[in-house]
Amino acid sequence: MQSLDRRLGAFTAMPLITLLGVSFLAPLLVVAIFSTMPTKVFTFSHVPDFSSYAEFFRQGYWKSLAWALGMALAATAILFVISWPLAFAMAKVYKRFTLILTIGVVMSLFVSENIRLFGWVLTLMKGGLLEGYFRNWTGNGFDGLLYNVPVIVFGLVYVYFPFMLFPLAQGISMVPDDARQAAADLGASRKRILWEIDLPLAAPGIVVGCLLTFVLAAGAIAESKLLGGQAVIVIADDVETAFTYGQDWPLGSALAMVLIAIIGSIALFGVSRVDLDAIMGRRR
Amino acid sequence: METSRLSRFWLVVYGIGALAFLYLPLVAVGFASVSKGRYLTFPIRRYDTKWYGEALASDTVRDLLFISLKVAAIVTIISMVVGFFGALAFARYHWRFRRLYQKLILLPIFFPQSVLGLSLLMWFNTLNIVPSWQTAVVAHLVWISPIATLIISIRAYSFDPTLEEAARDMGCSTFQIMREVTVPLLMPGVISAGLFAFLLSWGNFPLSLFTTGADSTLPEWLYAKMISGYSPLVPTVGIMTVAASATVIVIAFLVPALFRALKSNQKIPDLRGLVHANVHRWKELYRNRRLEGYR
Repeated sequence: MQSLDRRLGAFTAMPLITLLGVSFLAPLLVVAIFSTMPTKVFTFSHVPDFSSYAEFFRQGYWKSLAWALGMALAATAILFVISWPLAFAMAKVYKRFTLILTIGVVMSLFVSENIRLFGWVLTLMKGGLLEGYFRNWTGNGFDGLLYNVPVIVFGLVYVYFPFMLFPLAQGISMVPDDARQAAADLGASRKRILWEIDLPLAAPGIVVGCLLTFVLAAGAIAESKLLGGQAVIVIADDVETAFTYGQDWPLGSALAMVLIAIIGSIALFGVSRVDLDAIMGRRR
Repeated sequence: METSRLSRFWLVVYGIGALAFLYLPLVAVGFASVSKGRYLTFPIRRYDTKWYGEALASDTVRDLLFISLKVAAIVTIISMVVGFFGALAFARYHWRFRRLYQKLILLPIFFPQSVLGLSLLMWFNTLNIVPSWQTAVVAHLVWISPIATLIISIRAYSFDPTLEEAARDMGCSTFQIMREVTVPLLMPGVISAGLFAFLLSWGNFPLSLFTTGADSTLPEWLYAKMISGYSPLVPTVGIMTVAASATVIVIAFLVPALFRALKSNQKIPDLRGLVHANVHRWKELYRNRRLEGYR
């Protein structure tokens, strides 16, 4: 049985491994090789000189990287705080409403991200849903709320909300009620229960939720383009520009490699600490 | 540790608020789609549905629709098959590199999609493949088939391996076990994974942006119009794609319910009950089969 399990495991994993090998790992390798080429070439047949990485510092691309990471961090922190009560309620308080909320949130994921962001543009712009009605009722309007840094963070919070909510709820549902009850019986305050029972025991869910939101938000383009209107340029935007308008593939690859290295090391660090079998509910 | 009634009430209010927050922008798009003017300002003075007629009559929209549908349908089928096998390796079998494999699957999900799209563009270029809707299918699969695998894995975790062992003891071959036990038991997971795959592919835009070449999908076209300047067709087409997803979801929920209603008028069992019911059904089926075999 054991050896059969082993063979079947390797066999059934093959299609997906092949798919990811050919269309995920191989492209990353190509990007890595391209990033070492001299600037503005389109083939591999050059002597690698790593000059594109020098551009990263010379042309101030590190600023857009800092903006992207900073805004992603802010969005993750905000999301954690606003999702926690909701995730807690989904895992422990709501009864039937958990299902309604889950379906409602999942459905919103199926609407293309740019349509939803466009909806916020229509809501927040001058003459949009908010300002238009406000002016209609009070007689005097205000400037649109778009095209600044807070609104980009707002957009990130909006788009990545489900990616924080569900892992958190899953993590909190792993906290045994008995432990909370026992702590309460022994006279622990609510704050203490949160700090010493809920947070440590829900840690796997917290790790996955925070990682997922941070990583996705750090690589997001549409929020800063649509809502931010280029108020700040994020690194993913620079990568895109280098590939499209700039026609400088090695530069784009180098910028992408920096982003991939940062995001990848964070993701690998987190993923290696999480036991997927425990989170996804293995019974054996 | 009972939550008081008051805080329960506020938590429900908070939940409803969260849902409203999620759907508010769609309301704005919905209003914009029926505004008569070419340039949109709120409050809307005059309503008109002429943009819908124009969108339906437009050849561009029809082409976009066709390409989006084609991509989503192919992605759905492939990711259901790949995800089915992938989930067995993920959750069911104990094999040597399972932990490593589980982590490999998560990486594309934890990856910025725009960067993934660009890497694929370079990869296709290296292979001398001209990007078209077919390459977009590959790009979508990189991201969607791991998600499909995870969804089916949830089902595979709750599956009792003794059923397969029993079938093997009764002399079934591996292929027979797949066909008779594994596939039917995982089918609900495979179908919901297919639903997710279709809808995620239908709505995806960062991956399509770089990998469709001269072809274009609906979300891509919408994005281009949003960036380059307002077109009154944008909210209209946007709402139409949302309506299409909603229709798919409604059909997906209705068809199984209809089947159940036709089969019997029993109450809908809860999830765990459903799994148990299946287990018993299968054990019974195997008992019967074995009896038949002996006869």
